[in-house]
Amino acid sequence: MMKRSAIILLAFAIAAGTSSLTAQTVTSGLRGPTPLNDEGPAPPMLPNRNTSEKEVRNYPEQPPVIPHTIDGYQVDLNGNKCLSCHARARTAESQAPMVSITHFMDRDGQFLASVSPRRFFCTECHVPQSTATPPVSNDFIDIDTLLSRATPGGRR
Amino acid sequence: MTTTADDPNAGLNARRSFLARSRDFALELWRVLTRPSSVFALGTLVLAGFVAGVIFWGGFNTALELTNTEKFCTGCHEMKDNVYAELKSTVHFTNRSGVRATCPDCHVPHNWTDKIARKMQASKEVWGKIFGTIDTREKFQDHRLELAAHEWARFKANDSLECRNCHSADSMDVTKQSPRASVAHQRFLFTKEKTCIDCHKGIAHQLPDMRGVPGWQ
Repeated sequence: MMKRSAIILLAFAIAAGTSSLTAQTVTSGLRGPTPLNDEGPAPPMLPNRNTSEKEVRNYPEQPPVIPHTIDGYQVDLNGNKCLSCHARARTAESQAPMVSITHFMDRDGQFLASVSPRRFFCTECHVPQSTATPPVSNDFIDIDTLLSRATPGGRR
Repeated sequence: MTTTADDPNAGLNARRSFLARSRDFALELWRVLTRPSSVFALGTLVLAGFVAGVIFWGGFNTALELTNTEKFCTGCHEMKDNVYAELKSTVHFTNRSGVRATCPDCHVPHNWTDKIARKMQASKEVWGKIFGTIDTREKFQDHRLELAAHEWARFKANDSLECRNCHSADSMDVTKQSPRASVAHQRFLFTKEKTCIDCHKGIAHQLPDMRGVPGWQ
């Protein structure tokens, strides 16, 4: 009698365990409620930021991000649409920031008369910004904040 | 006896007689055309002339409009594989509102006189098609600067008329534009300092080698 009820209890426990396993969906923050063996619907594409307002750099060496859309801008051997505004000679008319002097340097540190071929393809470093909210938050702390924490009496 | 085959002047005679016959035919035709009609009433002639005129004019314009379609333009692989293929990824082919430009919207003037003038120039393109001037991608790339320069010059000369057929400066709401576009249009377009093509080269097709083109590096 004791043995039989134990078997029944065990059977119930196994059944409950497996059903709870099958019913459970693995929810990951990034992929959402879609089961692992399925491909979920793609999130909608969001437009790029187009404010044309300069954005702060996170560290001094960071290539500034592009605060406007660049859809259809041709940058190849034939021409460079970005330089139509950002080239030295074009900035008076366009009021756009000039490409920095580092872009005129060849790899030996010599300054050329115009943009160096190795710095010609803008989107290798500079990118436009999407208006999408990032699915993973970023806890980057810039150097000024770190330094202010380190100073005596600074906020920690 | 002397046959025509033996006569050394036979060929000349035959040609002379053909010329003479042609002249006689032309003279006879002229006499028929200038003599008053003795068979048809004046009303019949006027009416027939009118109907024939309508058919001719309608037929002419219909044929002209048939050559003014994207289907006709992309009937040649030169257009289909090069410029049309490039247009497909641009805003003038797919966009949020679904309004799109076809080849003639930008490349053929809309008013009649200019359209006929452009169509006459286009006979050069028929020549190019027959002799395969740009029948490979490489040949097309080689000619791209020249072809583009023709279109830039045409747009510059008519103040970008084909752009303005859809994009009117008067109807442009700069408050709805991005800050960059708004400032540029107010500074250069509204003051008539520049015309559309000055800044918007390569908006619908890929650009040729832009070295030496004003405003390009």
